[in-house]
Amino acid sequence: MPDLGKYAEAVLSSYAVSLVLLLILVGLSWRRSMRIKKALQDIEKRQKKNG
Amino acid sequence: MSSIWVYANPKKFIDTTDRFLPWVSVLAVVCLVIGLIWGFFFTPDDYRQGSTVKIIYLHVPSALMAINAWLMMLVASLIWIVRRHHVSALAARAAAPVGVVMTLIALATGAIWGQPMWGTWWAWDPRLTSFLILFLFYLGYIALWEAIEDDDTAADLTSILCLVGSVFALLSRYAVNFWNQGLHQGASLSLDKEENVADVFYHPLLFSIAGFVFLFIALVFLRTQTEIRARRMRALIVRDRMKD
Amino acid sequence: MIALLMRDIRLATRAGGGFGLGLAFFLIVVVLVPFGVGPQTDLLARIAVGILWIGALLACLLSLDRIFALDFEDGSLDLLATAPVPMEAVAVIKALAHWLTTGLPLVLAAPLLGVLLSLPADGYLPVVISLLLGTPALSMIGAFGAALTVGLRRGGLLLSLLVLPLYVPTLIFGAEMARRGIDGLDTTTPMLMLAGITCGTIALLPFAAAAVLRVNLR
Repeated sequence: MPDLGKYAEAVLSSYAVSLVLLLILVGLSWRRSMRIKKALQDIEKRQKKNG
Repeated sequence: MSSIWVYANPKKFIDTTDRFLPWVSVLAVVCLVIGLIWGFFFTPDDYRQGSTVKIIYLHVPSALMAINAWLMMLVASLIWIVRRHHVSALAARAAAPVGVVMTLIALATGAIWGQPMWGTWWAWDPRLTSFLILFLFYLGYIALWEAIEDDDTAADLTSILCLVGSVFALLSRYAVNFWNQGLHQGASLSLDKEENVADVFYHPLLFSIAGFVFLFIALVFLRTQTEIRARRMRALIVRDRMKD
Repeated sequence: MIALLMRDIRLATRAGGGFGLGLAFFLIVVVLVPFGVGPQTDLLARIAVGILWIGALLACLLSLDRIFALDFEDGSLDLLATAPVPMEAVAVIKALAHWLTTGLPLVLAAPLLGVLLSLPADGYLPVVISLLLGTPALSMIGAFGAALTVGLRRGGLLLSLLVLPLYVPTLIFGAEMARRGIDGLDTTTPMLMLAGITCGTIALLPFAAAAVLRVNLR
């Protein structure tokens, strides 16, 4: 851990805020991607079965 | 050799991006990790800014990508208007939330940096103000996409909004410059003048910027795939109902 | 085209058409501000220009959704689309009618309300000129926004979200020009910029508005 001096709070909080925001964005995109992919497969399977 | 427009075929787009997505994601993570860890642990403090100089590795790349995301949306909108490729319109839609998050990061890190350096979270400096306005443009654009049900209508309207918005965003940038000079002294509160950044800070910054670029590409690929699949799903459901 | 303009103005000025609503809103905003910031004359005089411009902008925004919504609902917009008038001309005429019934009264009312805000004597002329130059741009941009949201059921709120960022340059140059006029500075640059924005929007936005209308009428 480097010595951040009196600005430790600012540096750490900006890293925390940015990483959290990025992770939320990636997480939401990933989750929606998975969900839609699965839903589409379900529908395609069902339609194939029904002809 | 086939032309670039082959990738306007949704199926082809999904296949191709599926192949590239893991590589781009890995590149994004590797570059981000190298850039941020190098920057955070192994760079010296600036003699004026102390350790807050480390915020540069988040602030500058996110600000860059906030603008580049809008430019990408503008190009994608133009392609939709001229050649009417659905993938293009969906890519613009997919990029907008990424742009919003980039703008938020740039604003948040800027505010956190500004508090100890300028003694205030927020100043109506031209750069800051332009970013706030850019944020509003993103919000309007996304809200319009969400509000319209018909896909093609939404694509048409949002791409025209993107064109008009780009012109006005540019105008606002110059207006804001003018406005602030009219009130205060010229803006000298700028961190990211290339010549001010010494090599020690510059090299990790390059990695961090590359990481943000790859992250943006990966997210846009992923989200565009999702939009394509979601649209196909809606079409299938409609067809299903028609049969019954 | 003249007939369309007259018809729009008649509709707006008729009872229930919303004429005067914008003016009343402008008045209320200006009356409320001293309650919010306190009655000190010098403070009010300093922010008078900003209040007048923001008030005019909001009053303008209030009546935007009327530009196309009523015609869209009763089908006369479809008729206009098939009429021998180009859609671009319809957009311009609609914006012009909106400006005549909303923007122009605001410009005329601004000096009266300036008295309430103890606007400095040097300020009246710059304020009126800046509003006169700026409000046509507000109407034209608003017509574009109204065209974007015309097909939506709850378009009103979205309309404000879309249009307000587009108003930023007009507001900046308009208010800056009036402020410089009060301070006795040279107003040429902001005035030319403001006039340029207005001319530019009137020249280019009708095409965007017409394109959007055609999409919405599809």
